[in-house]
Amino acid sequence: MLWETVRLALLAITRNALRSFLTVLGVVIGVAAVIAMVTIGQGSSEQVTSDVESLGSDVLMLRPGSSFGGPGVSETVAEFTLRDADALRELSVLSAVAPVVNSPATAVYGNANSSTTVTGSSNDYLDVANWTILRGRGFSPAEESSGAAVCILGESVRQELFGNADPTGETIRIKTVSCDVIGYLEAKGAGMMGQDQDDLILMPIRAVQRRLVGSTDVSSFQLALAPGVSADRGTREIEALMRERRRIQIDEADDFRVMDMAQIASMLTSVNSVLTGLLSAVAAVSLLVGGIGIMNIMLVSVTERTREIGIRLAIGATARQVLTQFLVEAIVLSVLGGVIGILLGFAIAFAAARLMAIPFTPSIEIVGLAFVFSGLVGVVFGYFPARRAARLDPIEALRHQ
Amino acid sequence: MGEETTGPLIALRDVSRVYGEGEAEVRALDGVDLTIGEGEFIAIMGPSGSGKSTAMNIIGCLDRPTGGSYLFHDVEVGRLDRDQRAILRREYLGFVFQGFNLLPRSTALENVELPLIYKGVPPAERAARARSALEKVGLAGREHHQPSQLSGGQQQRVAIARAIVDNPMVLLADEPTGNLDTHRSREIMELLVALNRDDGITIIMVTHEEDMAEYAHRIVLFVDGRVQSEDYRPAEREG
Ligand SMILES: Nc1ncnc2c1ncn2[C@@H]1O[C@H](COP(=O)(O)OP(=O)(O)OP(=O)(O)O)[C@@H](O)[C@H]1O
Ligand SMILES: [Mg+2]
Repeated sequence: MLWETVRLALLAITRNALRSFLTVLGVVIGVAAVIAMVTIGQGSSEQVTSDVESLGSDVLMLRPGSSFGGPGVSETVAEFTLRDADALRELSVLSAVAPVVNSPATAVYGNANSSTTVTGSSNDYLDVANWTILRGRGFSPAEESSGAAVCILGESVRQELFGNADPTGETIRIKTVSCDVIGYLEAKGAGMMGQDQDDLILMPIRAVQRRLVGSTDVSSFQLALAPGVSADRGTREIEALMRERRRIQIDEADDFRVMDMAQIASMLTSVNSVLTGLLSAVAAVSLLVGGIGIMNIMLVSVTERTREIGIRLAIGATARQVLTQFLVEAIVLSVLGGVIGILLGFAIAFAAARLMAIPFTPSIEIVGLAFVFSGLVGVVFGYFPARRAARLDPIEALRHQ
Repeated sequence: MGEETTGPLIALRDVSRVYGEGEAEVRALDGVDLTIGEGEFIAIMGPSGSGKSTAMNIIGCLDRPTGGSYLFHDVEVGRLDRDQRAILRREYLGFVFQGFNLLPRSTALENVELPLIYKGVPPAERAARARSALEKVGLAGREHHQPSQLSGGQQQRVAIARAIVDNPMVLLADEPTGNLDTHRSREIMELLVALNRDDGITIIMVTHEEDMAEYAHRIVLFVDGRVQSEDYRPAEREG
């Protein structure tokens, strides 16, 4: 009997295929949004976790400003300089100190060009950030101290400028600077936020400061802890050193921030969960609108089919059977919308995962949840029209039209 | 509803049906007394607005009297609720409505199966019984036609097949030949006569046409919501 009713409902729905589809569009969009967001969210936190693991837990980051993102708008904070780097190197808790300054720039070789980011740092950067030189060499001490115009290419930049050819020994132009390529890096792929990590050029920090940005500022440090040193202890010592160097009074707050990888990861995933929450709200509204759409169309359908309902009642259908029929129709309609939404959501999540190079992690729980939710929308918004159909008076209904 | 019944199949006693209230009050039925026995073939006639359809709706348990008593098989229908009447309809009664009232987008077979669906008859048995009902009304081979692909007379036969598919005790037909020409009307009447004679189905039919009423055992004349006369016919009649 139930299967019979479902079959009848499917028949009624397919008879008006276009209208049915438009009716469930709200449910489709809502469910697709939920599925896509949750799947993408899960994939990217998985990616962040594995990235952080690959970076190792012994890396710290030091930035000016008291907030995570760097100096706030109203904050004027002294920038770091290379003298801070020298002071940090004195700390026994650190095994590597990589000062970093970034500058967006276009690199040109022959007819090819590549707009990328030039990262000025030291050889330590390769260790701290886990880079491997695939071919060529790192910076020599002389190149570092003099700020020589030499560079190491990331894989993406190499591909854009040289294709698969070996760039070492060639000269490229970055802005107005001619720069000798001394090596290139092993590819890393996409990073935590889906960015292309291989889209960079490394130069000695003094070269970037003098030739590209024209200042002696260091925008941040990447630091490696010495073996056996905890992130907490490292953080404490760095903070003490920096407070002293920046002459921060006892009663003043830090104007810099030391972050370990766990903090960075949680910052990234919290951005993620805010996004997910926001989109879930959108999805909920969309489901509500979808539900109202279903209620509306079911009410229209009850009016249109008044005579049919009269016939069914007259030949012996009970009120309950008519109620069931219309309720099942609403549920089938919205579950159908849910199924389309699930497929669409996974398609979107799959495409996004490809694009952002994060793992595609479909979960069965979310499918079940979307299924139940769309069914619930059908029950809630289908009940009122179904009850109206069941309460029709058979004689009146037969007289309709 | 046991088999041991003492009273007649259908007994209306001083039945009234009032629509509206006060100024707008309409007494569609105003003290109807009517007794119908099992196996009878009754024709109800009367001018338009005399209450024929109202009486049919009450006899068919679609409606309840506002006054008086209606006993169907000794059961007081006025005291049954909606669903109890629905069950009574599907167990004992078959309807042929004025203007067919078939589901337009369903095939003849699906239309005839409909009452069985609500009784919970399994699909295979349902289809078989619907087929044999269609065969009985002379529509074998038209199972998969939709109403729009059938003539008026054929649609009326589908409606009759739907009414008899569950072997009802009583067949109610409100102007079953209203939309048909004389030839088709006679075919329908002969079908009803056969159902009455061969299957023992009690038939109650409303008609405007003298010629069609001739087929019945008894002609009941309604005027102004009352039974004005009852005219018994000689039972002998061969189509
Ligand atoms: N739902 C209703 N509300 C108000 N009055 C009604 C209603 N149904 C029927 N009536 C009135 O009851 C009276 C009897 O109607 P009924 O339909 O029984 O007549 P009838 O004998 O079947 O007529 P016809 O031959 O035209 O079909 C009429 O005056 C009609 O207007
Ligand atoms: Mg009438």
